[in-house]
Amino acid sequence: MAMTVTEKILSRNAGRSSAVPGENIWVNVDTLMTHDVCGPPSIGIFKQRFGENARVWDPDRVVIVPDHYIFTANPQAHRNIGILRDFVKEQGLKWYYDPDFMNAEGMPSPYADPSRTSYKGVCHIALPEEGHTRPGEVLLGTDSHTCTAGAFGQFATGVGNTDAAFVLGTGKTWVKVPPTMRFVFEGELPPWLMAKDMILAVIGDIGCDGATYRAMEFAGSGVYSLNMEERMTLTNMVIEAGGKNGVIVPDQVTLDYINARIAKSGTRSDFEIIENDPGAKFYFEKHYDLSTMEPRVAKPHSPDNKANVSEVAGTQLTRAYIGSCTGGKVTDFVAAAKIIDGHECKVPTFIVPATTEVDAELDKVQVNGRTLRTIFREAGAQIGPASCMACLGGPADTFGRLNDAAEVCISSTNRNFPGRMGHKQSQVYLASPLTVAASAITGKITDPRDVMTFDSMREEAV
Amino acid sequence: MERMIRGRAFVLGDDIDTDQIIPAEYLTYNPSLEEERKFFGKYACCGVPDAQSGLPDGGIPLVAEGAWASEFQIVVAGKNFGCGSSREHAPLSLAVAGITAVIAEFYARIFYRNSVNGGYVVPVESTVRLVDEIRTGDELEIDLDQSVVRNRTSGKEYQVKELGEVLPIIEAGDIFEYAKKAGMINS
Repeated sequence: MAMTVTEKILSRNAGRSSAVPGENIWVNVDTLMTHDVCGPPSIGIFKQRFGENARVWDPDRVVIVPDHYIFTANPQAHRNIGILRDFVKEQGLKWYYDPDFMNAEGMPSPYADPSRTSYKGVCHIALPEEGHTRPGEVLLGTDSHTCTAGAFGQFATGVGNTDAAFVLGTGKTWVKVPPTMRFVFEGELPPWLMAKDMILAVIGDIGCDGATYRAMEFAGSGVYSLNMEERMTLTNMVIEAGGKNGVIVPDQVTLDYINARIAKSGTRSDFEIIENDPGAKFYFEKHYDLSTMEPRVAKPHSPDNKANVSEVAGTQLTRAYIGSCTGGKVTDFVAAAKIIDGHECKVPTFIVPATTEVDAELDKVQVNGRTLRTIFREAGAQIGPASCMACLGGPADTFGRLNDAAEVCISSTNRNFPGRMGHKQSQVYLASPLTVAASAITGKITDPRDVMTFDSMREEAV
Repeated sequence: MERMIRGRAFVLGDDIDTDQIIPAEYLTYNPSLEEERKFFGKYACCGVPDAQSGLPDGGIPLVAEGAWASEFQIVVAGKNFGCGSSREHAPLSLAVAGITAVIAEFYARIFYRNSVNGGYVVPVESTVRLVDEIRTGDELEIDLDQSVVRNRTSGKEYQVKELGEVLPIIEAGDIFEYAKKAGMINS
């Protein structure tokens, strides 16, 4: 029977010859990821249900990435890191990325050098950077944006603490096989657009519940001309349409990325590329012509509250934010720096690299002969250390958090439901890093084409 | 599992995401620790904007200021309840606040899964939009055998969907109890 990529991966991991959408099947999990927010309660349930002396099913397949509440004085947040450290030691877990600078009460002083810390930062970007994403595998994580890893041709989805605890003890989970919605982007992405505009267009079209219980596959020349970081932006936001997983069938770009990362980290190197069978049935297929697309935003208070930037241009802002698993990668900062270079930010602008690797790149990657960090600093932007930071609000002392009802922020992050970045009356517009940067230097929502000529901006970022 | 769930309704709108059900700033508490678990009841649904909290009038918190649990037992909501973050703290906070069931048009899949696998609240799906029919404070009765919800305040009765394929897990209590019964894990 002809199957989609998602159906094939699930059937393989269930030890079956087929998997039909709607079926509930038990699958073997290849990798389980957790972090500092959901790790401690998952560990708590694991011990409660399997016993104080229980061992995880496979210590080589558990990856723990503290990233959410690192730069806070909150005592429970510090305590939670302690729970992770104890568990890692007790279970002999190899893949743990400790915030090694977090050893005292109060607000931690960040790592002195991003290249010399065991800490990584945002889990969804840390996973591929550290060689934990592999085509054909099943990856579960205790975070809704675990779907990001689908960019590498795997089945990746978010789960709760109970499911994570069950996997820790058994290596298995039950999955309802999702039908696949296919989104095909034709043509080449114009330089004033980014993957963020593509996915905001999709979410705006199908709604924030448009893919509930379904897989979303991205294909077409417009997708395969993107680098891996941009492809991750597409799959990262499938959850904002309710999608169970997002997937992009691997090509040479995928393999080059993965092979380099696996070689560097010494992670498992056996994997198989899974493609759609000829004749695989899709629930739905929609085509986009990139040449006619416009820069997009999602207005407050939902990722599907769609508009072209031109429709909301001029909206006064109080803040701009570039960061997170969605919009805090090297490609995102290169795009922002091209716009910001030589300008002054007109509203407080917060720069938060997703990972310490991205942070280190801010000092290496140059635009117009100057490093990204220099460009952002000279424009008056505030640069924070790698973490999830204000993308999800977090404790009140979180860098960039919207603590005031009157804040109106444009952000390269993923979600803008009420209170997502802090105060429940604050307003968040989601946009691409290009649009956030253009808006930062004007103080109001601005189309990137209104502040920059794009003729020379064609080269691949990294 | 109770086949008949009774209680007072607390009504919310569409697309209530898990950040509204339990804002991220409270996720520093670890629900596995008894002394911290109670905070999830205290803060349940405190992220819902005031005007949308306790429909149709609004301005009614799920958990009153200073209280640790709710005066309501059944949440009634519109489309896509529990969307957004995968935090299991969301159905857990409803349960700790004293909510036993939610009736929504449909759920975001991770919230639904967490509710069932963790055994927190029974996620019932309505066949019509009840948000416009039921008022916060109405006395409800969910009859799972008949798949109906009766509004004892208004006297009206509505069909709900059968729990279907997740019923065995709900009946067992949670995914661990289900797996024990199925012989997948040792008791």
